[in-house]
Amino acid sequence: MSVADTSDDLRALRDARPEVAAPLLEVDDLHTQFATARGIVRAVEGVSFTVDRGEVVAIVGESGSGKSVTALSIMRLLPRLTGKIPKGRIMFDGRSLLDLDDEQMRQIRGRDISMIFQEPMTSLNPILTIGLQIKEPLQIHLGMTDKEAQDRSIELLQLVGITDPERRLDQYPHQFSGGMRQRVMIAIGLACNPKLIIADEPTTALDVTIQAQILELMKNLSRQLDIALIIITHNLGVVARYADRVLVMYAARVAEQGAAEAVFHDPRHPYSMGLLRSVPRLDRPRGGKLETIEGLPPNLADASTACRFAPRCPFRIAVCDQEPPLFVTDTGSLSRCHRHEEIASGKITWSAAGGAGLNFAANTTAPVLSVRNLTKNFAAAGGLRSSAGTVRAVQDVSFDIYPGETLGLVGESGCGKTTVGRLILRLEEPTSGEIHFEGVNLSTASPAELKAMRRKVQVIFQDPYSSLNPRMTVGQIIGEPLHVYKIVDGRGQVEARVAELLENVGLRPEMAERYPHQLSGGQRQRVGIARALAMEPSFIVCDEAVSALDVSIQGQIINLLEELQRKFKLAFLFIAHDLAVVRHISARVVVMYFGRIMEVADRDTIYGGSLHPYTRVLLDAAPVPDPSIEKQREPRLIKGELPSHLAPPTGCVFSTRCPQVSQECREVVPPLEEKRPGHFAACIKV
Amino acid sequence: MLRYTINRVLLMIPTLIGVAVLVFFLLRVVPGDIVEIKLRGDGGSVTQETIDMERKRLGLDRPLLTQFGDWMVGMATLDFGNSMWTERPVVTEIAGRLELSLQVAIMATFVAVLLAIPMGTMAALFRDSWIDYAVRILTIGGLSIPSFWFGMLIMLTLLALFNWLPPITFTPIYVDPIANLTQLIWPALAVGYRYCAVVARMIRSSLLEVMNEDYIRTARAKGVYERLVISRHALRNALLPAITVIGLEFTFLIGGLVVTEQVFNLNGIGQLFVQSVSRNDFTLIQGMVMLIAAFYVFVNLVIDLLYAVFDPRIRYNA
Repeated sequence: MSVADTSDDLRALRDARPEVAAPLLEVDDLHTQFATARGIVRAVEGVSFTVDRGEVVAIVGESGSGKSVTALSIMRLLPRLTGKIPKGRIMFDGRSLLDLDDEQMRQIRGRDISMIFQEPMTSLNPILTIGLQIKEPLQIHLGMTDKEAQDRSIELLQLVGITDPERRLDQYPHQFSGGMRQRVMIAIGLACNPKLIIADEPTTALDVTIQAQILELMKNLSRQLDIALIIITHNLGVVARYADRVLVMYAARVAEQGAAEAVFHDPRHPYSMGLLRSVPRLDRPRGGKLETIEGLPPNLADASTACRFAPRCPFRIAVCDQEPPLFVTDTGSLSRCHRHEEIASGKITWSAAGGAGLNFAANTTAPVLSVRNLTKNFAAAGGLRSSAGTVRAVQDVSFDIYPGETLGLVGESGCGKTTVGRLILRLEEPTSGEIHFEGVNLSTASPAELKAMRRKVQVIFQDPYSSLNPRMTVGQIIGEPLHVYKIVDGRGQVEARVAELLENVGLRPEMAERYPHQLSGGQRQRVGIARALAMEPSFIVCDEAVSALDVSIQGQIINLLEELQRKFKLAFLFIAHDLAVVRHISARVVVMYFGRIMEVADRDTIYGGSLHPYTRVLLDAAPVPDPSIEKQREPRLIKGELPSHLAPPTGCVFSTRCPQVSQECREVVPPLEEKRPGHFAACIKV
Repeated sequence: MLRYTINRVLLMIPTLIGVAVLVFFLLRVVPGDIVEIKLRGDGGSVTQETIDMERKRLGLDRPLLTQFGDWMVGMATLDFGNSMWTERPVVTEIAGRLELSLQVAIMATFVAVLLAIPMGTMAALFRDSWIDYAVRILTIGGLSIPSFWFGMLIMLTLLALFNWLPPITFTPIYVDPIANLTQLIWPALAVGYRYCAVVARMIRSSLLEVMNEDYIRTARAKGVYERLVISRHALRNALLPAITVIGLEFTFLIGGLVVTEQVFNLNGIGQLFVQSVSRNDFTLIQGMVMLIAAFYVFVNLVIDLLYAVFDPRIRYNA
C-alpha cells in the first residue's frame, strides 16, 4: 500500500512523466473556508492538483462539493469579508498566487488566467455594450488603443463564431441568445491570449445542441492556441468527451483523481463508482432501477476526521472513521479510500441494480389523456396596444397517454414542451385543439367536471426551491389540498394522511414540522411529490422534475417516481431536456422542436432507430459518460440556433438547421405520419 | 421612443381629467362655504341677501355640472379662473409662489443627490465598517427627524452664531443671487437632509445587491481596476432604482413643505395651500391640485424616459 503525503505524491507523479516540465498551475493542499452565521464552513479541504500547458482538466462533483470554490480560490475572487484561504499554495507559471498583492493579482486575472461562468444570462453587464465589455481587458491589460481593441474584438467574435461582428459589437447582452452570450464570454476570456481558462459549468444553462457547439469550440480553441483548460461540471458526459484528466470532488475533498479513462473505466473510489452508476446512460441498455447513492452529502460546517463519504458508503468498515489519505492505485489514479485495493481486485463491487424493469400496461385500454391538434399562440410583447406578432408556441400537437404509462416529452428550451404541460393542467387556455381527460373534453366540461379533473391531474415542478411556499410547514403544504378538497375529515385524519404521504415519498413523518428552507433540494422535491400525491391523482405532469437535482439525488427521485407509478397506477407526462433521463423513465417518447412534434415512438425505437434528423442530431449532441466512446466519435454538430418566433421558418420548422434539408423542406410543412407501426415522424425524407 | 412619449403625454389628459373630477366634487362635498367665511368670518353680521348676491357673483349658485363644465372649458384654454378670495387670477397667485418652491426643491435635490451618492456608495463598499455605521446612523436620523424641527435647529444655530434671521420678503435669484441663495440654502438643507437619507439608503442597498451580481464577478475576473468595476459596472446599475426615489421626492417638495416654509418664513406653495384650504377658495385649491397632479404625472414620465436612456433593455416601442 503506498501512502504518502499528498504533495509528495503529486510531485512523484509528475516526475514520473519525463516529457513534462513544471506544470502551468500547481495547487497544493488548498484549504478554503467561509465564515457564516452557522460557523466556519470548510468549502475546500486539502485539494491538490496540477494542470499542464494545453491540458484539459475536469473537476466534477455535486453542488457544494467545493469545485467552484476551488476555481474562485485560484482566481482569488472569494467574497472579501467571508472567504479565507488559511492554508495552501497555488503556483501559476512560476509565481505564488496567494503571495501576490491585489494589484499584481488583478494584472493576472483576465490576462493570464480567464474565467468563464455558468450563467451567460447574468454574467454580462446588461447596460454596457458587448463591444465595451470585450475591449475592456484589451485596453486594460494590453494598453491597446480604441481602434486596435475594436479590430481585435471583431477578430475575437469571428473566432467564436458570431456573424456580423461589427454590428454585434454595438449591441447589448439582452439582444443575444444564451448560447451567443456564452460565445461572447469565451471571446472575453480569450481576449488577451491567456495561458489558462477556467470554465465553471460553461454549458449547464444551455441546450444540448448549443452545449455541443460551445464545448467543441472551447476544445478546438484550446488546442489551437495551446491554452490549458479547467472545466468544472457535474455532467459526466461532458467530462468524458473533453477532459484529459479528472478530479472527482466530494464534500470539499478530492475523492479520486487521475486520467479520464482510468477514472471512468476503473473507478477506485466508491463515490466515483456510485456516481457513474447512478446516471441514466444513453450508451448502455436501460436497466431496471437506477442505482443510487443513498443519503445526503454532509454539512461542511461540521468538522470531521472521518472519511467524508463513509455515511453514504455501502463499503464502510471500521477504519473509515479515519480520514484516508490519497492512495496511489493500480491504475495510476489517486483515490481517497482505504479499500481501493479491494475495489481494484474486484472484491467489493457496487451491488447490481435491484428490481425488474417496468411492466408497461398494454395499450388496449382507453387513454387517460388524449390531446388532439393542440395549438397555442401567444401575442408577442409589443407596445401599448399593438402586438409585435404571434408566437406559435405549440402547433398541432396530438398524443395519447395510457393509464400507468410514462410518456416522455423531450426538446430544447423554447420548443413548447412546458406550454403543452401548462395547457393540460389548464393553466393556459388552448388557442385551438382538444384535450380529453378520462373521456371528458376539457374545453366543454362543466365546472364540476373541471374541478374533479383538477384533482386527478397533478403537477411536479422543476424548481424545488421556489415552488414551495417558504412560510408554510411541510405538513401545511401537503395538508392544504386535503382540506380544500375535503379528501379526509378532521385534524387528526389530515395529520395521519400527511404522515402516510411523507412515508410514501421516503421522508420521516417528523418532516411535517419543518419549513422548506430547512430541507435539501432532493427532500423538497419529495415534498412536492407528496403534495401531488395527496390529491390521489391518476395523472401527473412532471415538468423537468429532476433537472435541478444533483446526479446522485436525481437517481433517488427517478426511482421514487417509478415506484409510486407502480404502486398507484399513475400515468406520467415526463417533460425534460435530458435525453438519458427521459429514456430511462419513459415507455414512449415525443420529440418536439419549435412548437411541433417531430417524432413519436416507443422508447427503444426512438433511442435505437430514430428516423427524424432532429432526433438524431439531439442524440448525437448528448455526450455519454465514457471517454473511449466519446473520444472516438466525430461530433456531428448541428449548425445554428433556434429560429426566431417572430420570423418562423416556412415549411418544416427544422429546415433552417437540418443536415438533410432540400428545397422542398422549406416549402411544405411535413405532416406527422406513421412511418412504421407505432412510429410517427414529421419528415418528408424518411 | 418618440411615439411612446407622445402616447404617454396623451395619456396624461385622461389622468388629469380624473383628478379634476375628483377634486372638484370632493371640494363641494366638504362642509364650509367661502362666502360665509369671507363675509361672516370675522363675526360681522351680514344679511342672507348679501350672501346670496355674493354667491351669485362668484357663480356658486349655478348647477354643479355647469360650474364644472365652465371650469373644464376654462382649463382647456389655459384659463384657470380667478381666486375667489383675492379675485386675482389663479395663475398669478400660484406663479409667484411656485418660483420659490421650485427653487427650494431643485436646491434640495442637488444637496441630497450630491451627498447621497458618495454616502450610499461608501457605505455599501465598506459594509459593516465604521463608515457604513456612520452613514447608517446619519440616514436613520434623516428619516426620523422631522424636517421642520431640523429647520428650527438650523435657524436657532444661525441666530445664535451669526445673529441671522430669515428675511421677510423673498428675493428672486435674478434680482440678487447672493441674497436669494443665503435665504434659500437653509430650508433646502433642512428638507435635503431627509431627502438625502432616503436616496443614500436606496443607493446603499441597491449597490449591495448589484455588487453580488454575476457581471461584477465577471468584471473582476477580467482584471478590471476595482475603481472601474465600481464606477462603470456597479454604480451605473445601482443608480437606476434611485432615479425613481429622486423623482418622487422632488415632486413631494413642490407641494408638501407646509411646516418648513412656516419655519423659514417662506411664502411657497405649501403656505398657499393651507391658506386657500382654510378659506375654501375653490378655484385656487383646484388650480393647485391640478398643478401638483400634472407635476407628478410629468415627473413620472421623465423617470420612465430616463430609465430608457440608462438601461438599454428598456425600449418603449409603441
